[in-house]
Amino acid sequence: MDEIRFLLNGAEVRLRGADPLRSLLDWLREERGLTGTKEGCNEGDCGACSVMVTDGEGSRALNACLLYLPQLDGKAVRTVEGIAGPDGSLHPVQRAMVEMHGSQCGFCTPGFVVTMAVAHLNGARDHDDQLAGNLCRCTGYAPIVRAAEMAESAPVPEWMKADREAVGRLSAGGSGRGDGRAFRPATADALAAWYLDNPDATLIAGATDVGLWVNKELRDLPKVAFLAGLRELQGIEERDGILRVGAGVTIARLRAAVADRLPALAGLLRRYASEQVRNAATIGGNIANGSPIGDGPPALIALGATLHLRRGDERRQMPLEAFFLDYRRQDRRPGEFVEAVSFPAACAALRCYKLSKRFDQDISAVCGCFNVTVEAGRVRAARIAFGGMAGIPKRAAHVEAALAGRAWTAATVAEAIPAFAQDFTPLTDMRASASYRLTAAGNMLWRYFHEGAGVATDVLEVAP
Amino acid sequence: MSVALPLPHDSALLHVTGEARYVDDVPAPAGTLHLAFGTSPVAHGVIRALDLSAVRAAPGVVAVMTAQDLPFANDVSPSVHDEPLLATGTVHYAGQPVFAVAATSHLLARRAARLARMEIEERPAILTVDEALAAGSRFEGGPVVWSRGDAAAAIAAAAHVVEGRIEMGGQEHFYLEGQAAMALPQEGGGVHVLASTQHPTEIQHKVAEALGVAMSAVRVEMRRMGGGFGGKESQGNALAVACAVMARATGRACRMRYDRDDDMTITGKRHDFRIEYRAGFDAGGRILGVEFRHLARCGWSQDLSLPVCDRAMLHADNAYAIPAMRIESHRLRTNTQSATAFRGFGGPQGMLGIERVMDHAAHVLGMDPLAVRKANYYADAPGGRLPPGPPGSISARMKVQATHYGMPVEDFILNALTARLEETSGIAERRAEIRAWNAASPVLKRGIALTPVKFGISFTLTHLNQAGSLVHVYQDGSVQLNHGGTEMGQGLHRKVGQVAAAVFGIAAEDVRITATDTAKVPNTSATAASSGADLNGMAVRAACEAVRARMAEHLARLHQAEAGAVVFADGRVRVGGAEMSFAEAAAACYRGRVSLSATGFYATPKLEWDRMAGRGRPFYYFAYGAAVSEVVIDTLTGENRILRADILHDCGASLNPAIDRGQIEGAYVQGAGWLTTEELVWDERGRLRTHAPSTYKIPACSDRPRVFEVALWDGQNREETIYRSKAVGEPPFMLGISAFMALSDACAACGPHYPDLRAPATAEAVLAAVARARGEAP
Repeated sequence: MDEIRFLLNGAEVRLRGADPLRSLLDWLREERGLTGTKEGCNEGDCGACSVMVTDGEGSRALNACLLYLPQLDGKAVRTVEGIAGPDGSLHPVQRAMVEMHGSQCGFCTPGFVVTMAVAHLNGARDHDDQLAGNLCRCTGYAPIVRAAEMAESAPVPEWMKADREAVGRLSAGGSGRGDGRAFRPATADALAAWYLDNPDATLIAGATDVGLWVNKELRDLPKVAFLAGLRELQGIEERDGILRVGAGVTIARLRAAVADRLPALAGLLRRYASEQVRNAATIGGNIANGSPIGDGPPALIALGATLHLRRGDERRQMPLEAFFLDYRRQDRRPGEFVEAVSFPAACAALRCYKLSKRFDQDISAVCGCFNVTVEAGRVRAARIAFGGMAGIPKRAAHVEAALAGRAWTAATVAEAIPAFAQDFTPLTDMRASASYRLTAAGNMLWRYFHEGAGVATDVLEVAP
Repeated sequence: MSVALPLPHDSALLHVTGEARYVDDVPAPAGTLHLAFGTSPVAHGVIRALDLSAVRAAPGVVAVMTAQDLPFANDVSPSVHDEPLLATGTVHYAGQPVFAVAATSHLLARRAARLARMEIEERPAILTVDEALAAGSRFEGGPVVWSRGDAAAAIAAAAHVVEGRIEMGGQEHFYLEGQAAMALPQEGGGVHVLASTQHPTEIQHKVAEALGVAMSAVRVEMRRMGGGFGGKESQGNALAVACAVMARATGRACRMRYDRDDDMTITGKRHDFRIEYRAGFDAGGRILGVEFRHLARCGWSQDLSLPVCDRAMLHADNAYAIPAMRIESHRLRTNTQSATAFRGFGGPQGMLGIERVMDHAAHVLGMDPLAVRKANYYADAPGGRLPPGPPGSISARMKVQATHYGMPVEDFILNALTARLEETSGIAERRAEIRAWNAASPVLKRGIALTPVKFGISFTLTHLNQAGSLVHVYQDGSVQLNHGGTEMGQGLHRKVGQVAAAVFGIAAEDVRITATDTAKVPNTSATAASSGADLNGMAVRAACEAVRARMAEHLARLHQAEAGAVVFADGRVRVGGAEMSFAEAAAACYRGRVSLSATGFYATPKLEWDRMAGRGRPFYYFAYGAAVSEVVIDTLTGENRILRADILHDCGASLNPAIDRGQIEGAYVQGAGWLTTEELVWDERGRLRTHAPSTYKIPACSDRPRVFEVALWDGQNREETIYRSKAVGEPPFMLGISAFMALSDACAACGPHYPDLRAPATAEAVLAAVARARGEAP
């Protein structure tokens, strides 16, 4: 591996010959003796290993267990050991955590402190969302949220601003080069050429899924490419009412980009894993890995999204739903990669419903996305897509047909419900039974109908 | 005085800066080996061949160990020696350790452990309660039966009978710090063990057996755990023993931590229960008799299942005076993880049984469930408020003011406590408002419920109710404290330190607590059963008082005063007309050749318990509390939220109200998690499918109640506990039952039938209950 350069708690680190699939978490604990960062799950679900990563775009909380060293090139990392000031004075969130009794066993605390310090730095006050990726088993969270609220008004300490300034002066070590095992392309053209030559390689963008192959399945990945530095794939542009989103755009950036005109999509993305994962995971990875329970594709299919693929210099596009052929099998040729996805920038009719055991940071048992256009009381068009109901993200074609052209009434909805069983034969697994999935999917259409009629249907909007 | 102050956790500063060290954070000596287990892929079978050549040849591997390689005892059971560290011929659950591998890194050990070739002849696995009953697969021969009066006759004579059953799932502890241990070989065959354990003495005992040495050759040290919740009472034995044996075999330090998936796959969880019930009520909602059948899935080995199931029986009355009761408890052996201790230790399951009966009876009688509950409360202790109801019924109830196992209920306060909570929570008005709201809301329905908790405090194995301590006062006046309790986040060290500071009249910050260490305080009980502060606080006070008495005697002699008149307060010591700092007093005593070190000991009084007969006084006292939960459900999907919780909880005279509040809030959320989102799923071959946080969902930040009002009951323990405080670790866990009953209430708002909600009340379970309420269930 060529050189990796980054700042660690303000001091420059240069690494040569590092194992490209060594996680930052293991490296911090085993090589640097920085044991404040904890391993709670090693799969990005608990947040005990949260660290702050800063680049030209700002500072984010990320899970160190799902971060590989090459992803850090040119960035700044701050661990819990770097959250207090150089003179040892506590950060306001640390002080608040002590005063509000926010720690009990203390094992999750460093992760919370880092996440809270990043939110404090960024001025974020949506604490439930900011902290959804940090699990605590002792406190019941109430004192932690009290601490976050207490720290809100305190000014950001000077030392927390230092990374942003310093990272601009840091040059990345290895972009554009590789040692045969790990490649870090600087341009999309370089990636396209390399991937054509190395079609068996694994492309790693946010590493939030590939990380599990490495950490949990202990898979050997003989050849990988890290796409984090590939700015060309990270663009978001709008033309003629169509948003084109680069494959390397993180879920966090996508959520912000659609917040105003696609609030239903933004709302679904709010429940996409956690802040730490949304800051790493990309929409391209979410599509390309072909998961039947990924939350991006059903919403994008309901929007009528187009997928843009590239292989060498060849490009092609297709309706997103056509990409998914069968369980974990996509219409993607060797050496071909997802370049972008495009979809309407606004859609008032879109609603996205996600069912999971836990509201935040859970994987969908059923994710139903509805885009039913009603004109003069009749359904002009219906695009309905589901995750968790089949081996792939899939449109409910029979249900759509049962609605199309009909009067938008309770009778029509009732008559369309049986079509769900024609569209889907879901599985029973640890998330839900087949019968619940089918019932709930049909009831989501009822929810869509009731919601349109102004009936309260969202438990999240009920105040005590 | 330092007791009763809301001081922060003693390690709070270390927690927030990342300085606090856990077992896996301790720097390892050069050459340390890392261990991993190779585990059984099947739930039941006979090992026909075990080819470990690929494991031995894997990069970094230094040693591999199977049952044959163990020099002495192959046993990590905390009870009846039925739990081999490494499987011997037969495997009893999917996840059972079969061999251990030691390698130069944690990752290399994990990689190597997966390379074994195991040829296992599968045998039929007993996985469910019904399969175990049919096969007679159980512990203790037959069911344990306790009776009071003739329950069957009472039910037969009752005007109303309710009958049903409730399934309640188990619960994964999900301590954020997984199991971890390290063993450092010492000269002369000794070993120094660091373990993340609630029970250092048990580790010491099991390691000594495994090494064939005396307990005196084994030193176990434990500074802090990253959460325990009962999951580190016995489940850490395997790691510590494996490390010790491997350290002996290789001469190198050995450390081990479970990867999270391994942790959840290997270790035991809360027992899941099915409770079948039949109860007779009069028209006023008073219970006349009840029969319970407890069916507990204990897993493959006995572990702590017998006392867990006993405690479920002991809490089958919860807060209610029940004239006639019969409980039949089946402890079933299944080919699954060995279910183990978990906060409440069977109490939550037993309590949920009777709370379900109250809820069901209220539905049948068309009464407010709270009215039914209150009609059945024990009477408040004299001095407390008398219970409501006609005068005749009070004396009738006082006559049965003993539990079904014959323990007098002398400290009951729930009538008064409930009345206060009804007032502060406004439950009556809110109930009416919710009813109106529901009538106008076709899709969403809200529900509300108040449930009480009466929880017995003491180990039911009476001899465990003892504790020791060691206190040193140094010549500079600094104080170092050690006791048998372990710190798992509950703030035990802070509370106990406050006790020591109170005795010496110094600030709590001036008392330094060191790691729990079997070399300092021997023969300790597990930090469990909520007993930590009760037992160790008393032992520490005894030690501190012994030192203080010696100091007082010497200082009185120096200053021609009475020893009894020497005052230790505010960091000063006043004797006769003289006054000095505590440090000056300590120095004077040192110069006077006074021993400034003492041990302390405590044994809980009044206990007398015959577990086979189910008679006696297993508990020193009861801790009480009550909670009102309000929820909302979506009748289309079953999704649900806890909207608000109001809690009033009894900590006696709190040693530290901030820490107690933290325990209450955390326990409520954990208890609600058990009954809502936390679902354990095994497949048809007995493999746990929910073995990581991606599939097993403990509450996240937004799952806490949006409005969360917690208050402490203003009262003292009637018994002479440490500063009249009460234990707080487990009792508030069961306040979470109110959330489940509120969900039942919301489901009941959907139709005329009893919703028969099962636990955990996942969205799927709630939707099924809504269908039953409407009479739509298939």
